[in-house]
Amino acid sequence: MTDHDNAYADLLGSDDSQWAFGHDFEDPLAGVDTSVPADLDPAALAAYCLFLGDEALVMSNRLSEWCSNAPDLEDDIALANIALDLLGQARLLLARAAAADPSLVPVLPEGSPVPAEDALAFFREAGEFRNVRLVEVSNGDFGHTVARLLLVATARLAAFERLISHPDPVLAAIAAKGVKELAYHRDYAGRWFVTLARGTEESRRRLVAGLTAVWPLHAELTTAYEVGPESDIVLAQVFAASGVDRPEVGPMAGHGHTEALSRMLAEMQVVARAHPTGLW
Amino acid sequence: MTTAYAVAASVTDPEMPMLTLADLGVLRDVREDSGTVTVTITPTYSGCPAMATMRDDLVHRLSDAGYAARVVVSLSPAWSTDWISERGRAALRAHGLSAPGPAPRRDGPTVLNLLPTRRSVDCPRCGSASVELTSEFGATACKALYRCLDCLEPFEHVKEL
Repeated sequence: MTDHDNAYADLLGSDDSQWAFGHDFEDPLAGVDTSVPADLDPAALAAYCLFLGDEALVMSNRLSEWCSNAPDLEDDIALANIALDLLGQARLLLARAAAADPSLVPVLPEGSPVPAEDALAFFREAGEFRNVRLVEVSNGDFGHTVARLLLVATARLAAFERLISHPDPVLAAIAAKGVKELAYHRDYAGRWFVTLARGTEESRRRLVAGLTAVWPLHAELTTAYEVGPESDIVLAQVFAASGVDRPEVGPMAGHGHTEALSRMLAEMQVVARAHPTGLW
Repeated sequence: MTTAYAVAASVTDPEMPMLTLADLGVLRDVREDSGTVTVTITPTYSGCPAMATMRDDLVHRLSDAGYAARVVVSLSPAWSTDWISERGRAALRAHGLSAPGPAPRRDGPTVLNLLPTRRSVDCPRCGSASVELTSEFGATACKALYRCLDCLEPFEHVKEL
């Protein structure tokens, strides 16, 4: 019998294993023991994983915007690779958050095949995202992007190094894996920071302008990641190698989110929200 | 009937088909329990899109060999390029890719490295040690781009992780 509505059905019959690239997104924690250790508060653990996951998801989205727009092909590929690493971290962390506290996951229409990680990514409003403002503001130019990536990768790497010994074995394993990736991200940003600072007058001007623009949001970042001197030491090394002064602008007032996040989510979420029972 | 391990071990990486999942060190365990085979794999990079393909290839190949299989993920210990077998390294070189050196040791805080990563890399085509790094990031998450200064050919290096 021919199913005229689904050209693929007859090709493969009912054997899902024959799909070349998979026909759905497998749980990235498939088979992992996600029970929360008895001495941990599941809600607090989930909230923290959601923060770490949202940070990665939003930053990944911003970096992806550089795809096909970077100054050269190598950096196009580099920024896309960094975005991909962060997207992978986001998937693991959102899945971990959902497993630890299912009440965080938005409720979708009956029969929706959307997994919990996607429900968290695509069906929450901007106000429910836990990321700091630094990762959501628009990219600016390459100098601005490099300055922000340096601050974010430095804080996140310092936090992940500490999280390797977290009492939740799942979060500890995600952190141990992430440390290796983040070390490449931080080195990439640091090298470009030095290169731009020591390049032409124009590249230096743009880098310093980018750093000055993102610096007021740095304090919120380090507070959220609970990192201090270890991240300051790294930044001081980069600033010294670049001959750039640590900015003296104070922290930006307020909290929550900027309009930039709503605009990003509107684009990111529109298709998933239009088809909440869709099968991808 | 071929053993379930032998079937799983012969499945190749979708991005680097000269490597089997066993050579790559991604295949961690194959267990048979009352007719069901459970295969444990570990991700290379957190976001590596090849993982979904590996999972499906494993289920598909085991199913063709008569096994009902499921694939589970193991996150700890994190994958390292040190797990790539000698046979895998030889296969990489035979296909024009440079094999990774020893993975960086991680005890204490990660050291910031503002200079190009220093590696002992030889051109997989002409063997020259006179090579330069073009980019730390390549066409897949696991590779860096190099160029040989003698034969002038570009090549990929599987970077240490």
